[in-house]
Amino acid sequence: MIELKDVHKSFGRVEVLKGITASVQKGEVVCIIGPSGSGKSTILRCINGLESYDRGEIGIEGLKVDRDAPSIVNIRTQVSMVFQRFNLFPHRTALENVIEGPLFVKKEPRAQAFERGRALLARVGLAEKADVHPPQLSGGQQQRVAIARALAMQPKAILFDEPTSALDPELVGEVLNVMQRLASEGMTMVIVTHEIAFAREVADRLIFMRDGVVVEEGPARQVIDNPQEAATRAFLSHFHRTGALPPATTAS
Amino acid sequence: MKGFWHDAADFFPILMNGVALTIVVTIGSLLLSTVLGLIWAMMRVSGIKVLSMLSASLINVIRGIPIIVLLFYLYFVMPDLGVTLSALQAAILGLGIAYSAYQAENFRAGIEAIDKGQIEAAQSIGMGWWLTMRRVVLPQAVRIVLPPYGNVMIMMLKDSSQASTITVAELALQGKLIASSTFKNTSVFTLVALMYLTMSIPLILLVRHFEKRAGKR
Repeated sequence: MIELKDVHKSFGRVEVLKGITASVQKGEVVCIIGPSGSGKSTILRCINGLESYDRGEIGIEGLKVDRDAPSIVNIRTQVSMVFQRFNLFPHRTALENVIEGPLFVKKEPRAQAFERGRALLARVGLAEKADVHPPQLSGGQQQRVAIARALAMQPKAILFDEPTSALDPELVGEVLNVMQRLASEGMTMVIVTHEIAFAREVADRLIFMRDGVVVEEGPARQVIDNPQEAATRAFLSHFHRTGALPPATTAS
Repeated sequence: MKGFWHDAADFFPILMNGVALTIVVTIGSLLLSTVLGLIWAMMRVSGIKVLSMLSASLINVIRGIPIIVLLFYLYFVMPDLGVTLSALQAAILGLGIAYSAYQAENFRAGIEAIDKGQIEAAQSIGMGWWLTMRRVVLPQAVRIVLPPYGNVMIMMLKDSSQASTITVAELALQGKLIASSTFKNTSVFTLVALMYLTMSIPLILLVRHFEKRAGKR
């Protein structure tokens, strides 16, 4: 459902994407890993039209992603994004954050949006935090609200841009847990992450990137347990690749 | 001192007429400058080159002309061009335009202080430019913009006295008229100064309140 064909992108004179070709099927969970500066986040931002790209083509269910075309609004309501630094709206409560899109972009009836919003907060374990403002929530809680906000758009896919990188270690588990549940429910997900054990456990497919190119890709377990390329092996040697996911300490 | 209180009792009612006009000029030009300033600021951050350049040059032209010259232009030159304004209209229009430049820069600074991630989050749930402004950026920018906005209010209150130059009988002009007919300069201008100060104090307290609130969160 997401197709990238030979995508190039430069920031000034630095070429960060040097011809990326990849695809994501419906219901698939794809993790993108790689050292910083490899262009992982830029790919997500291009798919959602937050960045433009110079050459090649990105399509979502046949619709071309062009951030300057009016169709971009349509694309963004179908493909949600979860950010590294949550980016919740601090002047609105958790519930208001979740229903902002349905209410003002999709023009959903108020009662229905509120009901769905509360249900989504319950789904990420934050039912009782509905009326709290984001600055009063922990990082893990904020990220779970952000996931609920993404889900509220009823997207066909969700892009996760290093969703646990800004979190204290003890809060990582609760966010990964929510994501794992989403994956098992069949949500299409593209996840940029450094959580190798999580990728091994949850992802269907893994893409390893370095310096703006895809170095290796394949079934997650296969790539992590038995990497074919020297660069992949070198990168993975820095991580514990297996083991249980960090425990989700509490549901709230 | 006794003489001062005696004079004060005499002149106070006349000066109060001036106070009324001072307030009218201040509020009128404050509203106008706020609306115009918002428009200039929105043009500036619109991302549309023509609009932002137009707004930037407009702001510079306005900033480069003294208020008093702007007032003379509106009141004395516009009739030659077929547009006759009353002194009060010209004063409100002139001060409003003059201050719109400062308001615009203030609003722009507030808008640009908002974290880029906020705008991206808004875009990622499908919000367009205007919805992002209205629902995400402006509500957060208000908190940043209010303290300097309060300062502009104080400056406008005092600068409304420049309307006296085009015959608006506000507080300063009323004072001058009484002084020149009674020669009681000390009493009159002391009283006028105290009356301006009295009007400023609530605004000064308001600014302090805004600053405290902006410091939170």
